[in-house]
Amino acid sequence: MTPASDTTPRTLFGKIWDAHEILRHPSGQSLLYIDRDLIHEGSFHAFADLKRRNLRPRRPQQIFGIADHYVPTLGRSADDAASPAIARMIRTFDENMEWGGLRHFGIASREQGIVHVVAPEQGITLPGLTIVCSDSHTSTQGALGAIAFGIGQSENAHVLATQTLWQMRPKTMRVTVDGRLGQGVTAKDVMLALIARIGAAGAGGHAIEYAGQVVRDMSIEARLTMCNLSIEAAARLGMVAPDETTFRYVAGRHYAPTDQEWDLAMAQWRALPTDDGATFDREVELDGGAIAPMVTWGTSPEDAVPITGRIPDPASFASADKRKAAAKSLEYMDLAPGTELDGLPIDRVFIGSCTNSRIEDLRAAAAILKDRKAAIPAIVVPGSTQVREQAEAEGLARIFREAGFEWRQSGCSMCAAMNGDVVGPGERCASTSNRNFVGRQGPGARTHLVSPAMAAAAAITGRLTDVRRL
Amino acid sequence: MKAFTRETSTVAYVPGVNCDTDQIIPGRFLKADRAEGYDKFLFHDIRRDADGNLDPGFPLNRPDAEGARILLVEDNFGCGSSREGAVYALADAGIRALLAPSFGDIFFNNALKNGIVPVRLPVATCEALADRLAADPQATVTVDLEAAQVILPGDLGAHPITIDAFARDCLLQGLDEIEMTFTYMDRITAFEAERMARNPWLGR
Repeated sequence: MTPASDTTPRTLFGKIWDAHEILRHPSGQSLLYIDRDLIHEGSFHAFADLKRRNLRPRRPQQIFGIADHYVPTLGRSADDAASPAIARMIRTFDENMEWGGLRHFGIASREQGIVHVVAPEQGITLPGLTIVCSDSHTSTQGALGAIAFGIGQSENAHVLATQTLWQMRPKTMRVTVDGRLGQGVTAKDVMLALIARIGAAGAGGHAIEYAGQVVRDMSIEARLTMCNLSIEAAARLGMVAPDETTFRYVAGRHYAPTDQEWDLAMAQWRALPTDDGATFDREVELDGGAIAPMVTWGTSPEDAVPITGRIPDPASFASADKRKAAAKSLEYMDLAPGTELDGLPIDRVFIGSCTNSRIEDLRAAAAILKDRKAAIPAIVVPGSTQVREQAEAEGLARIFREAGFEWRQSGCSMCAAMNGDVVGPGERCASTSNRNFVGRQGPGARTHLVSPAMAAAAAITGRLTDVRRL
Repeated sequence: MKAFTRETSTVAYVPGVNCDTDQIIPGRFLKADRAEGYDKFLFHDIRRDADGNLDPGFPLNRPDAEGARILLVEDNFGCGSSREGAVYALADAGIRALLAPSFGDIFFNNALKNGIVPVRLPVATCEALADRLAADPQATVTVDLEAAQVILPGDLGAHPITIDAFARDCLLQGLDEIEMTFTYMDRITAFEAERMARNPWLGR
């Protein structure tokens, strides 16, 4: 269960994994103890499974329910939902939470929001924990120095019933971003640059640790954005070693330890960072200073180029598969090779999602929008009700409204497009979300992934725009 | 879970690298109860034309694909969203095995929990199989989990199935994982008691 000797240098990932391994099956699978399971409306299959088996959640105090995927952003009741079927999802969620005796932040709760925004905000996410949620972007929460990953509903039922999960230990990858980011360049751009380099399948089967000066200099909000996008490189999870920035962020949050327990926790947390001399299965290095604001042109997050770039010619790709995929993407996106991205006309803007809806994201967008007007329809969906309230208190909401943005209630909204907030067929959207997949934001929708500041710039000009010029 | 020992079937080839789970099942269908069957949602939007009619060019819409219980797909199949509905759609459509160079990690696990065997094969092998299927759409493949190998048509030969022994045993016996984990409950509660003693704030 523990490595060869106490002096073997270990990674952050290895330390947390080892501390949660109840046993290892002869086949190599580990039975992992799960500290936190987060539930959203899509978890209804897992509850149906439990009920069929006549089981109940085994450790209700370690389960947290948060309504996000289906909640309306124009009202705070299931009655405001876009359709009766969507309203039923929200009500079923409430019923399942009550049935399971689970703590839950429903649609009207002050703690409501996107699960990956709320969990860190409430101190549910802490360094050193294992956290699962039936959502692939659970990788977000590794930003606080935790093992956090997405699971399916069968695995979710297993966790609810046993508070454990069988898992193969992933390989490790360290992504070191050194140097200093240029003006207008954000965590989102770093990740799009990384995914463009290693590919959407590039980190398959790996747990990523982000390191280097750029990451050390980042706020927790920015680290959450980085870890969030790990899954778009196919990584099992992403994480950042806890440091003073982490401890300052966690201190005083609702579910974080206090007083003597805080001291106990800190003693454990300070021992978590990767030891000198620990080795990774793979190392990737990026020069932070060389990264420009990024934008996607295709239908995979790997289809990303600097805003100063042009749409590539499918013929320029090395493999036949990639050539075919690029040609198909460009057909769907209605774009021609060689076109400059800067200046490409856009139909609407979405600022939100678990990638980029935290207070710093809204501040970055508002800084660009101040005293300016959006030329095209645009919405802002804060990541949580608390982010929304903070943004209102800081005067950001007023800036968005005066710029012509719709200021909405929090939820997954137009990123998952499950609540009725969709981009219309053929419409081109500059979006701060995480997936530019075919039909992701609605059937026929065309998505260009950008940072919040770049989304604000696109709203003002009605075109993809290099924010550094504004 | 439905046990899996061995499956011999014709193979439908659905090309496209990075085929994400939004393509396998669009998000708007995830509200459906499993009891109503998810097969009708499989590849819903990409197998239809702009007017919503089945596109006769899409691999699964061709007469050849009728009855195929094995799919050949491309790199990073099932990436993206963790939605298990993607696997429900495949399972309810009768798919029992998938062949690809790689799969999304969460999708891979979801498949195993639903009696579908995801088989990782080298890219060159997948390409050779695609060529073979183009020449002979009735060629069959055998996924033999007991022998842990996949047998491709003719001279393409046999290849090992590289899933861990634990998942393989679960599939072979159709084991219920939750029931099996309950047999370790003494170890779990002892581990948990120690963890909660060290981190009491986690269990309140």
